[in-house]
Amino acid sequence: MKKIILLLTILLYPVMALPGSGSVDEGKEVFRKYCAACHGSNGAGGVGVPLSLPSFIDHVDDAYLIKTIRHGRPGRVMPAFKSLSKSQVQSLLKFLRTWTGNAGMSFSAKPIKGNRAKGKNLFKQKCAACHGEVGQGGKGTGVTFSRPRGLPILPSALNNQGFLASATDELIKQTIVNGREKTPMPSAMKLGLQNQDINDLVSYVRSWQRKKIPAIKTAASDSPIIIRESPYDLATTLKNVKQAVIGANLILIRVQELDKGIAEKGKENKKQIIVYSCGFSFLYEALKIDPRVGLFLPCRITIIEDKGKVKLMTINPKRLSAHFNNSELDKLCEEMYEKYTDILDEATI
Amino acid sequence: MKIFLNKKTLLLPVYLFNILLINIFNIGPLLADEIIMTRIKGEFPEAMNQLQESVVEQGYRVSRVQRVDVGLTKSGHKTAAYRLVFFGKYKEIKMLTKEFPTLAPYLPLKIVIFAEGDETLLVASNPISLKTAYPQKKLAKYFHNWEKDIREIMDKTYARMLE
Ligand code: HEC
Ligand code: HEC
Repeated sequence: MKKIILLLTILLYPVMALPGSGSVDEGKEVFRKYCAACHGSNGAGGVGVPLSLPSFIDHVDDAYLIKTIRHGRPGRVMPAFKSLSKSQVQSLLKFLRTWTGNAGMSFSAKPIKGNRAKGKNLFKQKCAACHGEVGQGGKGTGVTFSRPRGLPILPSALNNQGFLASATDELIKQTIVNGREKTPMPSAMKLGLQNQDINDLVSYVRSWQRKKIPAIKTAASDSPIIIRESPYDLATTLKNVKQAVIGANLILIRVQELDKGIAEKGKENKKQIIVYSCGFSFLYEALKIDPRVGLFLPCRITIIEDKGKVKLMTINPKRLSAHFNNSELDKLCEEMYEKYTDILDEATI
Repeated sequence: MKIFLNKKTLLLPVYLFNILLINIFNIGPLLADEIIMTRIKGEFPEAMNQLQESVVEQGYRVSRVQRVDVGLTKSGHKTAAYRLVFFGKYKEIKMLTKEFPTLAPYLPLKIVIFAEGDETLLVASNPISLKTAYPQKKLAKYFHNWEKDIREIMDKTYARMLE
């Protein structure tokens, strides 16, 4: 009998451990691994908004945090962490709460009634300057440390389905009432809003919610590269590419063998060339939207002579853009795609 | 408990079953994993040194460091330190570009490194995400190795900066 109980205990151990309460230590590690890159080692923000400010963490409930972690913010960088275990998420919550040592607030799920049309007007007057005409949020991500911009902390996208599915009316109301101290988000008092105004605003913000949360895009079906075959020999193609790059208003940075620095000196493969170029103003705009766009950079055009044929290739920015979960980037990637295509076409005409 | 510890034959299936359960409940790679990111505690210049050393320790050669910040500043834009580190292994690159020339635009590999206040961020595309576009069996091994190496390079850099 003893044996059987022991056996059962061991067999069931992982199952019993699952929904368990979790530990601060585990939470700290989960945070370091999955969140700190964006939200900062101590939750002060970065690519992501700050999480450790008392005006935020003490004023939201666990349910909001859990849902935010699970849904993410489609199109707004914050990923959906669907495969963290329940116990990992519980641990994470425990860790987040250690920043202030407070338990957070609790909210009822009861809807708040308000006048949507009045809310819309108020939003235009009081909120749109920061959160955008239709609540689409500020341009860019998180907190700025290195790139100058208007506001130090990015106004969130309020029309985001991940946000709306996570926040109760009461939580939104509370946020408007108190604002978020140490962020640009002002309190209702500062904005001169009365209780009824706030209810109207909540009702307007809620009207953006749709039944479905759009899935966060993953690997796109686009081809991974843009490729052209050149009718010219390698030297002529290279000359054409350089001209096309300059013609496209990019700065030519350097031309070198693909394996330069990797192959022994003098043994580089002369039939594989990379042309490095960059449009710095374009890049600057892109970095403001997402500091991770360096992954696209610089504009590398690879020229390869393969079995007597010369081929020009670049990565396809449209495919990469799917990894970022940043809808603002999609437009820029489209532009980059056009630019790359133009250059390759120009060089092979 | 003693009875059990002696009976290795019984413990093994129990152990395997546990692993199975743990795997079922912690399924699959995260969506977030298409981009691999690590925050390094420490300022940019030192993090940059440690990153390059970690790349070399992992068996790669650094082929070039692109100083994006310098280019931006020259063009009149304000920015903090922002660079790209390119790296590769000679044999790998030689073989792969020969057998799979369309993979060339993704080579050499790269890690983006940029300053954020007194900390530093490392960012890389997860090579595994190339698998759907390049489904050839022979390549899968490389994508997996690169992922492992990039993670190890980032972890090493993180650990070195704590020392
Ligand atoms: C790739 C970057 C990234 C990662 C990784 C990330 N976040 Fe976020 N997170 C963001 C961004 C950006 C926002 C703000 C979205 C917006 O502006 O609409 C955000 C928003 C949030 C919010 C809502 C904050 C608020 O003011 O309501 C919470 C809570 C949050 N993240 C928690 C986490 C946790 C916990 C993790 C780790 C499991 C995590 N995030 C991982 C980028 C990230
Ligand atoms: C001066 C700019 C500014 C104005 C005006 C402003 N906000 Fe904000 N708001 C912000 C910023 C910045 C944040 C993000 C704060 C943070 O990261 O904790 C925010 C956060 C919020 C949030 C929380 C969103 C989330 O993801 O947690 C809500 C809700 C909100 N604002 C609603 C409003 C409403 C409604 C108005 C108009 C009455 C308004 N805000 C006016 C800047 C502003």
